[in-house]
Amino acid sequence: MDDLLREFLTETNESLDVVDVELVKFEQEPNNATILNNIFRLVHTIKGTCGFLGLPRLEAIAHAAETLMGKFRDGVPVTHEAVTLVLASIDRIKDILADLEAANGAEPDGTDRDLIDELERLSLSADNDDMADEMAAAMAEEKAAEEEVGTDIYQVLERPLRPGEVSLDDLERAFQEAEVEIELPAVEEETEEDGEPVGVAAPNFSEAKTSQKEVAKPKNPSAKGKASSQGVSNQSIRVNVETLEHLMTMVSELVLTRNQLLEIVRRHEDSEFKVPLQRLSNVTGELQEGVMKTRMQPIGNAWQKLPRIVRDLSQELDKPIGLEMIGAETELDRQVLELIKDPLTHMIRNSADHGLEDPADRVAAGKPEKGNITLSAYHEGGHIIIEVKDDGRGLNLEKIKEKALKNGVTTEAELEKMVDHQIYKFIFAAGFSTATNVTSVSGRGVGMDVVRNNVELIGGSIDLRSTPGRGSSFIIKIPLTLAIVSTLIVEAGGDRYAIPQLSVVELVRVQSNSEHRIERLKDRPVLRLRSKLLPLVHMSELLGQTEEADLDEDNGFIVVMQVGSQSFGVVVDGVFHTEEIVVKPMSSMLRNINMFSGNTILGDGSVIMIIDPNGVASAMASHASGTLTDTAEDEYENAEDHVIDADAPISLLLFRAGSEEPKAVPLSLVTRLEEFDVNKIEHSNGRDLVQYRGSLMPLVYVNEGDRHKSEGTQPMLVFSDNGRSMGLVVDQIVDIVEDRMTIEVVSERQGVLGSAIIRERATEVIDLGYYLPLAFDDWFMRKEIDTTTKVRKLLFLDDSAFFRNMLTPVLKAAGYDVTVCSSAQSGYELMEKGTDFAAIVTDIEMPDISGYEFCESLRRDTRFRHMPIIALSAVVTPASIEKGRQAGFDDYVAKFDRPGLLAALKDVLTNEFGVAA
Amino acid sequence: MTAHKLTTVDGDDNRQGSADHIQYVTVVIGSQLFGLPISQVHDVFVPEKVTQVPLAPPEVEGVLNLRGRIVTAINMRRKLHLKPNDADQGMMAVGIEYKGESYGLVIDAVGEVLNLPRNEMEANPSNLDFRWAEISGGVHRLDGRLMVVLDVDRLLSSLIEPKAA
Repeated sequence: MDDLLREFLTETNESLDVVDVELVKFEQEPNNATILNNIFRLVHTIKGTCGFLGLPRLEAIAHAAETLMGKFRDGVPVTHEAVTLVLASIDRIKDILADLEAANGAEPDGTDRDLIDELERLSLSADNDDMADEMAAAMAEEKAAEEEVGTDIYQVLERPLRPGEVSLDDLERAFQEAEVEIELPAVEEETEEDGEPVGVAAPNFSEAKTSQKEVAKPKNPSAKGKASSQGVSNQSIRVNVETLEHLMTMVSELVLTRNQLLEIVRRHEDSEFKVPLQRLSNVTGELQEGVMKTRMQPIGNAWQKLPRIVRDLSQELDKPIGLEMIGAETELDRQVLELIKDPLTHMIRNSADHGLEDPADRVAAGKPEKGNITLSAYHEGGHIIIEVKDDGRGLNLEKIKEKALKNGVTTEAELEKMVDHQIYKFIFAAGFSTATNVTSVSGRGVGMDVVRNNVELIGGSIDLRSTPGRGSSFIIKIPLTLAIVSTLIVEAGGDRYAIPQLSVVELVRVQSNSEHRIERLKDRPVLRLRSKLLPLVHMSELLGQTEEADLDEDNGFIVVMQVGSQSFGVVVDGVFHTEEIVVKPMSSMLRNINMFSGNTILGDGSVIMIIDPNGVASAMASHASGTLTDTAEDEYENAEDHVIDADAPISLLLFRAGSEEPKAVPLSLVTRLEEFDVNKIEHSNGRDLVQYRGSLMPLVYVNEGDRHKSEGTQPMLVFSDNGRSMGLVVDQIVDIVEDRMTIEVVSERQGVLGSAIIRERATEVIDLGYYLPLAFDDWFMRKEIDTTTKVRKLLFLDDSAFFRNMLTPVLKAAGYDVTVCSSAQSGYELMEKGTDFAAIVTDIEMPDISGYEFCESLRRDTRFRHMPIIALSAVVTPASIEKGRQAGFDDYVAKFDRPGLLAALKDVLTNEFGVAA
Repeated sequence: MTAHKLTTVDGDDNRQGSADHIQYVTVVIGSQLFGLPISQVHDVFVPEKVTQVPLAPPEVEGVLNLRGRIVTAINMRRKLHLKPNDADQGMMAVGIEYKGESYGLVIDAVGEVLNLPRNEMEANPSNLDFRWAEISGGVHRLDGRLMVVLDVDRLLSSLIEPKAA
């Protein structure tokens, strides 16, 4: 793509955004000539440029839209229909531009006759309503404009107004060259001065008169209207974002070097470097601030599309809605800006759809018919606060309670104790929507959790307030920038770590004889903090460095952290100071450690890891489930005759796909419920894909040959593991239920584990193991499951919750009594307790103690010398199999080869029988 | 930090060596001689103040600051399943750029630069330890000793690509 075209794309996209906003404004104040002129000028520029660049499709639409708008300028009343149509044209232009960009400069095939016809029809009818001679003029104008694309006198007029624009300059020059020798600069000069330019240029054109008409009109008002606002753009230039990013990196380096120098000088009291270094330090500080500023953009940029969205929503929902935006000039880092665009849009939609009542209800409640949404932004101590407020009905507490109970997020007893505020927060849970009617706008319960996730992803937090009948407001708090973070430096296990301040609530000093001492509940440390019981975790334990027992509990500090609605304490050995650090991404070799969000270089030159609060929070959560496993194990010990499926009920997601009968999948396996606009579904390489979080996600259908919906949005279940995602296309998500998953009838069909009674209906339990390899070949294959009649005790070790959740039902369905452990350590403990297992299935790749080591050490123990042990691994190479054999495994199976696993189990168990017998 | 750029060798401007020769920086790991194509070696430095990374793969020695860049140090002895170094023995590291990131291969010592003909390189012997074969690009027979050619790309990608499912 050549530079000219690229420049054109950037510029046109910007112009279109402005047009969007201006049109909505214009619809409300049809008599504002400045707005109209502004729109007219932008569309005209687009048209002219397209003609020059040889983009006939774009040009034709822009032209037709321009003609229609020309009518407005001539005094034809502005109708709702007309504005909608012009907006539709703008959208079409945007679509074409997107294709153009993707296709590297080639205009996509297709016709826009529909739009153009419609635009022309409106233009004509406007004319008919008007004077007849006007129409003749318009026709001539149309013809004239069509024939002299690129010879825009209007464009020429632009030039003295916006000299800072390089691309226009280029175009201008090109225009000049394309034109019959006219001394354009001279013309411009006159244009500026006497305001009666056309006479000079006109003789050069065939349709002099009509051109004159077209040009003379806009010139004066636009010159006037623009004079005031154009001053600023003269002083700005376009800079490639990459250049800025690079600059930012270099400044960060400079800051670090400066810090190092300061550290050195601090050690030498009377150094002659002191004064110049102080100066360097100040300059560096200012430089850093300056560069940061270049990355800052007013938040209004992220709001640009909102007026249009609200306008469309207002029509679609048939509610008059006003949008007020306060603090659009508040600046924040462009990286952050990009990341909050979508969540904001979603929240506005939510407010419009179920925040605001219908006009009738509003009137009945004594409120004005028109609902209001207020969007405001302001700075607060290194953070930016964005508030989305509506004056609607407020959240319905009862409905949320009901839904929370139904979804199994909480219990009746817990609800009793909660204050309203806590209950409101349930709407951020996945799969939560209280809207009774699912509309095309919102209410599918896949929204607010996404919003929360996106906000938390950038280290922000979200809160809400609601007053019944008065409205609700959502408050987002996000850091100004992601590049520099204020952190608390702590020490644990002899190493230092940085914890982002944003998630630190307070620090508590631990002393065994004071009121703040660590107590234990079933080995889990907790702290009584005021009225609450705070779960604790030792930092070094989190980082897998020490075992809980070795920790000194009498001294140290507790860093109380809050992530979303989760509060917990992290026990550290020492707390140093706070430091502003420049975040550097982790090396790709270490990026999969989710306990760290990055690393940085401290003033003393050493590298330090930055703790990711989200990672800690999820580790806390999995710790809790570890406790559950322990409990389950205890039960196993007490009840020897424990048979399968007497498990606690699990959450199941019910859905429909392909056929009427309900299908189910354990909720714990589902990463997310998503809906995609069907337009977003792309077909490539023989399969359907959607772009999802920056990568392509393959879509899989429940039955072969199923198709996704042809319009609207397509619900799907997203399964992710290890950075890969698959979308399972479903017709409808029915419900989430808590039930026992007892497979009554084992299936013969691929893709179905069997049928179970769920909610008193026969429900097909989907075999995820069948669908995963459809998305990625190396996610395993499966055939039938053999059912063995004998119930045998199996120990299954895997550190990945995903695989534990996935393989356990398979093993159970195959008739084994499965005990699950998440680490080799807990496996040892269980074996030591003397639980009698028939066989062990263990993952190879586990932290701390690998499967190899686990197996080797069991083999050293005479008791377990002949115990059948099967290795499960993602990597199956001759070398790894050999290594497995050396370690003493009886068999080595690929993690995804479930028939293989079941066959291997059967095999080793029959062998064992043979030996025993 | 003690680090020095490797510049030209033997006054030869062509760092790649001529078309049929490749220049190798030789390093010693354990008692074995290894060769790294000089074009891939960024610099040689003494790793100092290495910060350990909890939960990292065992091959990762830690991270360190090299002239303002964060370098991931890889313990080659561990990668090659050799006995760990004696604590008092000095460490050296070879700096490598891979996909825009900096890595340091921690080795015992750096030797000379050798200019070896391409066609003299032999394929890995079939009985080579699989953990070595994985990262070895071939073997050169030198006078009295063998030099294993380290395939840097394979070495680093084997560490970066997630092994576990």
